[in-house]
Amino acid sequence: MKMIQCVSPRSGGSLSVFGLDPEKHPVEIKGRIGVVPQETNLDPDFTCEGNLATYARYFDIPKDDAKKRVDELLSFVQLNEKRNVAIEKLSGGMKRRLILARALVNRPELLILDEPTIGLDPQARHLVWEKLRLLQAQGNTIVLTTHYLDEAARLCDRLVIMDGGKIHLEGAPADLVRQHAGTEIVEVEKTEKVIACLKGNDIQYEEAGDMVLVATESAQDLARTLFEQCQPKKILARPATLEDVFLKLTGRRLRD
Amino acid sequence: MAGLFSIPPVSRLCGHVWRRNLTVFFKTWKVNFFPPFIEAFLYLTAIGLGIGTYVRQIDGVPYVNFIAPAILAISVMNSAFFECTYGSYVRMYYQKSFDAMIATPLSIEDVIAGELLWGATRSTMYVAIMLPVLAAFGVISLPLSLLAIPLAFFGGMLFAGIAMCFTAITPSIDTLNYPAFLFITPMMLFSGTFFPLSLLPQAFQYVAYALPLTHLVAVSRMLTLPALSWTGILNIAWMGAVTFVVCVLAINLMRRRLIV
Repeated sequence: MKMIQCVSPRSGGSLSVFGLDPEKHPVEIKGRIGVVPQETNLDPDFTCEGNLATYARYFDIPKDDAKKRVDELLSFVQLNEKRNVAIEKLSGGMKRRLILARALVNRPELLILDEPTIGLDPQARHLVWEKLRLLQAQGNTIVLTTHYLDEAARLCDRLVIMDGGKIHLEGAPADLVRQHAGTEIVEVEKTEKVIACLKGNDIQYEEAGDMVLVATESAQDLARTLFEQCQPKKILARPATLEDVFLKLTGRRLRD
Repeated sequence: MAGLFSIPPVSRLCGHVWRRNLTVFFKTWKVNFFPPFIEAFLYLTAIGLGIGTYVRQIDGVPYVNFIAPAILAISVMNSAFFECTYGSYVRMYYQKSFDAMIATPLSIEDVIAGELLWGATRSTMYVAIMLPVLAAFGVISLPLSLLAIPLAFFGGMLFAGIAMCFTAITPSIDTLNYPAFLFITPMMLFSGTFFPLSLLPQAFQYVAYALPLTHLVAVSRMLTLPALSWTGILNIAWMGAVTFVVCVLAINLMRRRLIV
């Protein structure tokens, strides 16, 4: 991400942004992208409005245009009433929204977001998502990294799953789920009896903690079979998600 | 090592960083304009009139008039040095302002250059506020002393550059106390500020000539007494050369610290 933003030097391979080399044309590229960093780095010496206005100056945006743009953006992220409020008085969600507004100051052709909703409460997350979908609908190109797979499933047209610097999968979220995790998942409590029963029926399964996961096309049929034959204590049928795909691909072991 | 002394590419965009700091400065202008007034006043009364009663004259010059240019030079040093150490460190490390700036067309070189220019600007403003106080006490000559204002910017760049080198290599904000106490404080006392260098043992005089403040005090004194001398050109040349080197070094060290 830092390499696309022309901040870190390229560590290897080739890279071009808008067909330009980030090492040769950083000023031009940076003028056309907007960045929402993972870390909140708003300027605490300014108000909400001051943050956007100062940022607009870094892009050489003329004062009158900047003023109009700042008003527009404050309404867009619903921070109009907070325009003269100091940064430290804002909640986490407001700060993230202001950072999103700041990234849009230069009307970027490409918007880069690094974990845009990290640490936010559900209401604040939904508001950020709503704004991102609106931007998406207006035809903006958005590149987003996230560890929240529900966020990825909601927002992305095209998804890349990366682990350890390698691309594992690429495609539309729904397609990926269908191809790699099946349509539905049945979770059964892990007991010796259940395992033996699954093995006896020649059903593929995966162990996860105290549960056993079975991917299937029809959860209803499978659940019925298991109920009748295996006498499970607990059973749960649910649609397959990206999280299933991710865990299947990258394993369940913690990597600290 | 090779890259540390290469000329960094700084663009006019560094002015935006300078402007940002100026805006913040004027938001709290009451707090910022007060200290220079008070400081000039305190120095003149305590050291000038207090100690001056006993010392009376140095080299035929009244003691207050002797230390007046030193007070200006020390202010130049302190304002630029503390702005570009603690001030810049807070903006870099705690506020992450530099990270936010380099996500825009600004480069890290522009950001640091803007910070250096700002440090020198603070020195200039400090001196500009102190001058009327000194003039009111009648301890500096006019109009030649007005040249102390551009000199403050020049000297400010020197100390801003030195400060930024320390900021670039300091592991934490606490370790910035080392240059402050081991470098700035001794310099304030032994650079021909409150007594002439000739009173120092010969060996120490050579050491004193390696201190940046010595040269600034010398030029400053030439302007305010006034006592112009051709040696001022040597002082200016020394400062110019060192300023250039430390500013280049500061930008390159900062680049090395922040770009990973």
